[in-house]
Amino acid sequence: MRIGVVHESRPTETRVAATPTTVAQLRALGYEVVVASGAGLASTFPDEAYVAAGARLGPGAEAWAADVVLGVNAPSAREIAQLRDGAVLISLLAPATDPDLVEALARRPVTALAMDAVPRISRAQSLDVLSSMANIAGYRAVIEAAHTFGRFFTGQVTAAGKVPPAKVLVVGAGVAGLAAIGTASSLGAIVRATDVRPEVAEQIRSLGGEYVAVAPAEQQVSSDGYARETSADYDRRAAVAYAEQAADVDIVITTALIPGRPAPRLITEEMVATMRPGSVVVDMAAAMGGNVAGTVPDELVVTPNGVSIIGYTDLPGRLPAQASQLYGTNLVNLMKLLTPARDGQVVLDLDDVVQRSMTVVHAGEKIWPPPPVPVSSAPPVPAAPAPVVPAATPPPSRRFVLVGLAAALLFVLTALSPDPLIEHLTVFALAIVIGFYVIGHVHHALHTPLMSVTNAISGIIVVGALLQIGHGDPVVTALAFVAVLVASINVFGGFAVTRRMLGLFTR
Amino acid sequence: MTAENAVRAASIVAALLFILSLAGLSRHETAKAGNAFGIAGMAIALAATIGLASRRSSATGIALIVVAMVIGAAIGIWRARRVEMTGMPELIAVLHSFVGLAAVLVGWNGYLSVEARGGEQTEVAGALLRIHSAEVFIGVFIGGVTLTGSIVAFGKLSGRIRSNPLMLPGRTLLNLTALAAFAVLTVLFVLRPGRGLLIAVTVLALALGWHLVASIGGGDMPVVVSMLNSYSGWAAAASGFLLDNDLLIVTGALVGSSGAYLSYIMCRAMNRSFLSVIAGGFGNEGGAAVDRDYGDHSEISPEDAATLLLDADSVVITPGYGMAVAQAQYPVAELTRKLREHGVTVRFGIHPVAGRLPGHMNVLLAEAKLPYDIVLEMDEINDDFPDTSVVLVIGANDTVNPAAIDDPGSPIAGMPVLHVWEAEHVIVFKRSMSTGYAGVQNPLFFRDNTTMLFGDAKERVEDILRAL
Repeated sequence: MRIGVVHESRPTETRVAATPTTVAQLRALGYEVVVASGAGLASTFPDEAYVAAGARLGPGAEAWAADVVLGVNAPSAREIAQLRDGAVLISLLAPATDPDLVEALARRPVTALAMDAVPRISRAQSLDVLSSMANIAGYRAVIEAAHTFGRFFTGQVTAAGKVPPAKVLVVGAGVAGLAAIGTASSLGAIVRATDVRPEVAEQIRSLGGEYVAVAPAEQQVSSDGYARETSADYDRRAAVAYAEQAADVDIVITTALIPGRPAPRLITEEMVATMRPGSVVVDMAAAMGGNVAGTVPDELVVTPNGVSIIGYTDLPGRLPAQASQLYGTNLVNLMKLLTPARDGQVVLDLDDVVQRSMTVVHAGEKIWPPPPVPVSSAPPVPAAPAPVVPAATPPPSRRFVLVGLAAALLFVLTALSPDPLIEHLTVFALAIVIGFYVIGHVHHALHTPLMSVTNAISGIIVVGALLQIGHGDPVVTALAFVAVLVASINVFGGFAVTRRMLGLFTR
Repeated sequence: MTAENAVRAASIVAALLFILSLAGLSRHETAKAGNAFGIAGMAIALAATIGLASRRSSATGIALIVVAMVIGAAIGIWRARRVEMTGMPELIAVLHSFVGLAAVLVGWNGYLSVEARGGEQTEVAGALLRIHSAEVFIGVFIGGVTLTGSIVAFGKLSGRIRSNPLMLPGRTLLNLTALAAFAVLTVLFVLRPGRGLLIAVTVLALALGWHLVASIGGGDMPVVVSMLNSYSGWAAAASGFLLDNDLLIVTGALVGSSGAYLSYIMCRAMNRSFLSVIAGGFGNEGGAAVDRDYGDHSEISPEDAATLLLDADSVVITPGYGMAVAQAQYPVAELTRKLREHGVTVRFGIHPVAGRLPGHMNVLLAEAKLPYDIVLEMDEINDDFPDTSVVLVIGANDTVNPAAIDDPGSPIAGMPVLHVWEAEHVIVFKRSMSTGYAGVQNPLFFRDNTTMLFGDAKERVEDILRAL
């Protein structure tokens, strides 16, 4: 089959859906590749490089008329019309926010896969464009901030005086936020970060950031890997925290997005007003309405008190070569999934959750939205303890009944027993309890030695056999002899092997 | 102070020493002292009992005791010295069978010297005779189950018996029938003791023990071994009731309850119901694992693996039974030492049921002189995988299977596993693409961050060592 790599028609777009490197990988999957001439120029990939990688150059229309069309942005109405019947279109489609586009695609007998609808399961990570683009955007946000900020990030003591380090606040520690934290801290800034999900604190610290908790954290356990909307109470406490931080830091980078909704307004005008002149705010949610009051998408706005608010929505596109390379690799990984036989034939398997989730239109039929996919990282939280807990702790009422029954049974059994047996039963019952408690906190590593020592100890049965030897009856003596012999193997062997094992454990 | 009292006093001291012994073994620092307490307790108990026996029985009797003990001690110590640490599970299983055998013999002796003699016997007062009969019966039964159960476990562990669970139709019903038959036989025997009944119960117990363990798959062997440990304790306790000996009762109950609790801990670690393990048949229920195409796996060469390891900040090694089989613990330890010299953090993540015996991996790693403070439990290390550069999975399979979490239809669904796939790279050492003990395919092998290193684990680790 033939793959067409289109020339992006959106004037501000600098990315391209395939680089010479990924073209070679697509060729290796058995595909013929046609690249629209000039498609890679904005990403610094000249046409000759594509040819050298095994692609054929063609006019834009030829790329759109291929069997499989790879693009970055959603197609325009004219471009949709250029698709041939039965074609497979793969690009960012934003099916959740752009239903008209989905309808328009469904009017053609084509299949469309949305690269921005990859489910967040571990297996699909290699296709996750949102993650790879967010990573670039987070990096670029810091670079933009550093470019606008009139000072160093790192603190220095120089002959010309002491320079304090810049303080950066990152709001939201998703992929973009984490990338920003890593970049800012590697530039030497003091980085603080907040997030509604307390479990990311560790990830923040691992990248050199400091986790700023918003008062007693509301437990938000994410089942789909994305943050959700927060309660009013949480928002109030968060606002206090942000206000405090805004007055203290030099740079604020906000990344808070909620899928399918406008971005939450986190930084108010008052907070911006308290920031020092020269401070920089980068609002990475500008395209979705912005986290910061006063953000203008795609613009750098300077407030009356000298704070710059950056609302660029094309942050990944500002690193075009890198963005194209990662996007292209995501596409190659998708094509690997779609080409199980490596023979250049697309086989779409709608039973596979990844492919099902991404497929918006299938042969002219709209199949969006897909059934929800639980994320692999989430089940351990709600699911794993669930089957265990009821088994381990039965409801108290049942437990009392069980204990009561056991006690009654024991009572009857003991009350009906003759004297010597009662004595034995007492000892027996107490020893069981002791055995249970003594073993309760055994270190896992010592299970084997423990088992061999209890095994040696249970060789105590030798005592019983010893008392049976030499009582006249030769059969009894013979049996007892054998019993003493085997039990002795146990006693001596068990202790010796335990000793040997314990000798091995060294710190 | 009479001789009898002296023996009783010695029993109490011995019993307390045994408790101290078990308590001591719960921590590394006190483990050696614990073993010493156990030895001391046993020495006191034996000395007192032999002293008592020497007053009662003839010189021949004493000679026989000494001969039996010397032979037993020689065999026991010889085996203990010679056993490979990888062969530990088999040794322990076979030792359990000895306790079972001894319990059966002691029970039979009890019958021969009391019930079989009818009116002539003077050992047991008439009123207690029925209780004595019941005790004989119970002792023989538990002993018999322990004996054959341990032998089958030994066979499975040492590969002499196929480790697949035996699936007789209605196996639970069979087990229950055997228990019911035991109850009926006990009543009959108490009413009218007879040799035929005792033979019947012996055969029944042997058959039940065989069937119980034969129907449990190899993957559940750690639990089985620890259950048999518990049974051997109960067998000793039953003999104690029979012989009127408190020391046996206390010790047997200690071992019995601690073994049962240990088995329970392990079942919980596998998220399996205790009863279903005991009743057998793991991995076959709900085992209609759909044959699914998981995609392709990729391979890595030992040289590339070595490069990856040297560049890593943090390495976690998760060993399994395959490491034991290949005897790879020494090269693994050597690899660990070299990597640590290069400043790479190396730790071990041990799944609670890795290997064929609880704590099996720890013993092997200790044998190779790895410091135990870098050997961590699953819960201690599971959160660290996302920050880990390379995970080496050496001969483990089901314990690192993401299907336990991702796939609710999997036979091992819900079993806690090591989250190795969260690390940056996973290298799996494996002999082939075959499934693990649970018979479940492992999607880990097909992940993009997983590479396979096929072949004998020991040789492959040595290849990496050479490449370093």
